[in-house]
Amino acid sequence: MAGIAPDGPTPDRSAKGGARSVGMRGLTLPLLLPAWAVIGIFMVLPVALMAIYSVLTKEFRGGVIWDFTLAAYDQFFIDRGLFGDEPARIEWTYVAIFWRSLWQAGVATLICLIVGFPTAWFIATRPAGSRPVWLFAITIPYWVNLLIRTVSLKFLIRDNGPLNSALVATGLIDGPLPLVNTDLAVQLGLFYSYLPFMVLPIYAAVERYDFALSEAAADLYASRWVTLREIVLPVVRPGIIAGCILVFVPSLGAFLAPDLLGGARNFMIGSLIDEQFRGSQGNWPFGAAASMILMSMVLIVLVAYARNQGRAGAGRARR
Amino acid sequence: MKGVRHFPGFAAMAVACLVILYAPLVVVTVYSFNGSTSITTWGGFSWRWYTDVFTGPESARFAAAAWNSLSIAVLAATGATAIATAAALAMVRGGAFAARPATFALINLPLMVPEIVTAVATLIFFSTIGLTTGYLTILIAHVTFCIPFAYLPIAARLQGIDDSYEMAARDLYASRAQALRLILLPLMMPGVISGYLLAFIISLDDFIITNFVKGAGMETLPTAIFGSVKQGIKPNIMAISSMMLAVSVLFVTLSYLVNRIGQRTRQPDPARRTP
Repeated sequence: MAGIAPDGPTPDRSAKGGARSVGMRGLTLPLLLPAWAVIGIFMVLPVALMAIYSVLTKEFRGGVIWDFTLAAYDQFFIDRGLFGDEPARIEWTYVAIFWRSLWQAGVATLICLIVGFPTAWFIATRPAGSRPVWLFAITIPYWVNLLIRTVSLKFLIRDNGPLNSALVATGLIDGPLPLVNTDLAVQLGLFYSYLPFMVLPIYAAVERYDFALSEAAADLYASRWVTLREIVLPVVRPGIIAGCILVFVPSLGAFLAPDLLGGARNFMIGSLIDEQFRGSQGNWPFGAAASMILMSMVLIVLVAYARNQGRAGAGRARR
Repeated sequence: MKGVRHFPGFAAMAVACLVILYAPLVVVTVYSFNGSTSITTWGGFSWRWYTDVFTGPESARFAAAAWNSLSIAVLAATGATAIATAAALAMVRGGAFAARPATFALINLPLMVPEIVTAVATLIFFSTIGLTTGYLTILIAHVTFCIPFAYLPIAARLQGIDDSYEMAARDLYASRAQALRLILLPLMMPGVISGYLLAFIISLDDFIITNFVKGAGMETLPTAIFGSVKQGIKPNIMAISSMMLAVSVLFVTLSYLVNRIGQRTRQPDPARRTP
């Protein structure tokens, strides 16, 4: 008789979580506890500790001394000369690395948009039956190991790699194009890593787009490109913005593409942070501080996006 | 006039997009069958680099790395899927509760924090509590960041299951546990399998976080490959890469097919619902 609810032979649904289902109502806490515990202890707590580490004193050969200081942030932003006795000036080294990361991530996002928008549009205007196949084809490479994809790209575009050999053989260029260890290689690598993130949200937006709007514009003698600019782009803008954020945010902190394709001169934030935790040259508080700055930048982008979404939603609701 | 859906050049761009996405992978797979020791010249078709991976001088190192990678991926995916399934049941079927938006944000936190930051924070955490970095620390980190990847397909599937099935079971005197075990969990299965496979792939894929918390002497396939690639791309690395590529494609295809099959059982048949 274990099947009968304790309060009587007729299961009273309102007591078991309203008209809802199996009713997990009384079990919410135990069901959520593992997720809270694991992410709380191994994600939230570590990030909080990292914030504390960023204001501790560095120990040589890695680790920290528990003395509170702002030295890491000071080192990041302010130059006091080699022995720390010169007048304080702005330290440009690290700001420049962050600036380059912003620039590289921005260019990669733009390339993704230029390639991703027409692709998403094309897929969304296929017959309904073939769309899933196209989408599947676009997403498969994303699930292939990022390291392997980056190495493959490097193999393809290296100085005497297949791409350059083919170009030289066809007589398009005289000597190999030096692609590896350039800014362009890093941008290509980031583009290659995150392209599906651009295609999918734009596809979702275009799929919902009402093509009667385009037909109306065409009836009123708008050219195809005017329609695209004046009608389509404003309507699918949320998808474009979502795609740009999904590409830009991971590009900003990327490690593999700049490290493998960029070489020493194309340092980005990811490599700067990584270096602080390697061997005796490391500086844990400085690495923690750089991570805090990177995380703040990402959070600013995400919060701005969420607020913008909220406002757009409220605007729609008012209308 | 091809209608308002057509833009000149867009089809070419879509095809170019696929070519760009697949060209490097195809090229590496083709060159993994290169019989020559040089990675530049083509020396005829050969399995020699695949043989090299399993019997060559580095085979012991690769075998250890592959064992670590696979066992961690299985354990991490299992742990993350169990945690995510429980959380999805509470989030989707638990009614409204105050901590719900915060819990949703918490579960998705690993997706929002940049990977390198998670890596730094996790290393600092393990170092502070004095846990020696190695197999266990990699596993803990993997379970944590796999949770959202397992959660999203499971929750999506659960949202799509009409609750009339469970209500019918309850009306027929099934206990809550029975309704869950006999009705809801089987219906959720495609989502659970999908989530498990994605978590497995994500764990197998990870390099940055693993590289921070692996400790000395411990390797997974990505860190072993990264170490080798630093000295130049060798043909045996291309053979390993091609095999991992095949595994990834196989798993994602499986996940896709399971979802497709699942969609057929997702909505109650409207014809059968009419009295």
